[in-house]
Amino acid sequence: MKLFPKYIFLSILFLLFINVYGQEIKVYDQFSDFEPLLQKSNDTTYVVNFWATWCKPCVKELPEFQALNKKFKDQKFKMILVSLDFKNQVETKVKDFIREREIQAEVVLLADSKQHLWIDKVNPEWSGSIPVTLIYNDNFNFFKEGSMIFEELNELITNNIKK
Amino acid sequence: MKRIILSMVSIILFSGALLADGYQVGDKAKDFKLINIDGEYVSMADYKDAKGFIVIFTCNHCPYAKLYEDRIIGLDQKFKAKGYPVIAINPNDSVKQPEDSYSNMIARANDKGFTFPYLLDADQSIAKTYGATRTPHVFLLQKDGKKYVVKYIGAIDDNAKIPDEVEEKWVEEAIASVREGNDPDPNFTKAIGCSIKWAE
Repeated sequence: MKLFPKYIFLSILFLLFINVYGQEIKVYDQFSDFEPLLQKSNDTTYVVNFWATWCKPCVKELPEFQALNKKFKDQKFKMILVSLDFKNQVETKVKDFIREREIQAEVVLLADSKQHLWIDKVNPEWSGSIPVTLIYNDNFNFFKEGSMIFEELNELITNNIKK
Repeated sequence: MKRIILSMVSIILFSGALLADGYQVGDKAKDFKLINIDGEYVSMADYKDAKGFIVIFTCNHCPYAKLYEDRIIGLDQKFKAKGYPVIAINPNDSVKQPEDSYSNMIARANDKGFTFPYLLDADQSIAKTYGATRTPHVFLLQKDGKKYVVKYIGAIDDNAKIPDEVEEKWVEEAIASVREGNDPDPNFTKAIGCSIKWAE
């Protein structure tokens, strides 16, 4: 019984740690279940970035997105980082990466292997390489295949976010 | 007046074609002369007996390229004898992606036992001319006299991650169509891949 309070104390510490940097990652096996994240219709501006831990330019640009998320997260703004990592690496590689990089934006994993059926649904201009970034709200749509920097992102959000 | 308008229209159309990024199916592809892992230079013109080529932009580091290595070897083994050899080209800048350096290409090809040339597009001009954007990215070419006509652009098949669950072997089907004198259907597919690492 003496151990009990200590156990609770450690658990709370552990949970706090998990909550801050060790988020659960939702895995989408079917694109159709994931697709609503690209079609939300409300007053929020969404930034959706497709990336992977194995993608060097993606990893390089992530701090730019983290800075953007930090600046706007308390406004009508939502960032979703869509990992295209391999499903069997979610619990290891992807989670470790998120914890190490202290990523706070929501991370999901899209595992639908029939890529040719969903690439065009994300955007017909997309050839299939990553990183790719979509920014959208009710009256604004942006798509870019290739890396982005904070200044570019910041300007797009500042000009289009709803007050 | 009509003639002037027509020529203006054709100039606009022509300049549009020049501005378009890379090849589309039906375009004539440029030959290249690129260094192979054995130190020799390779051109399509060297292959007197080939009927066409499976040109694949690929590299060492990319997990999708790795997933397809065995299948690329399989394509070469299956189609070289039928006149459609694989020519692999690494388009990546080794400053940005050191794993894709020339010496690492040699090591990778030896480890995997590549049966085909693995060429370095050192100035990235062939990848740019062809319009390759990712690795792996396939361009199936058909020889027509001295020309190389693009017949198919895209992925090798419809499932990079799980070879056992492949339902459509696009490149194989495209070659079968071309051999029968037909146009492949589909002649263009998309897949997730690593972006080509362009030099800055």
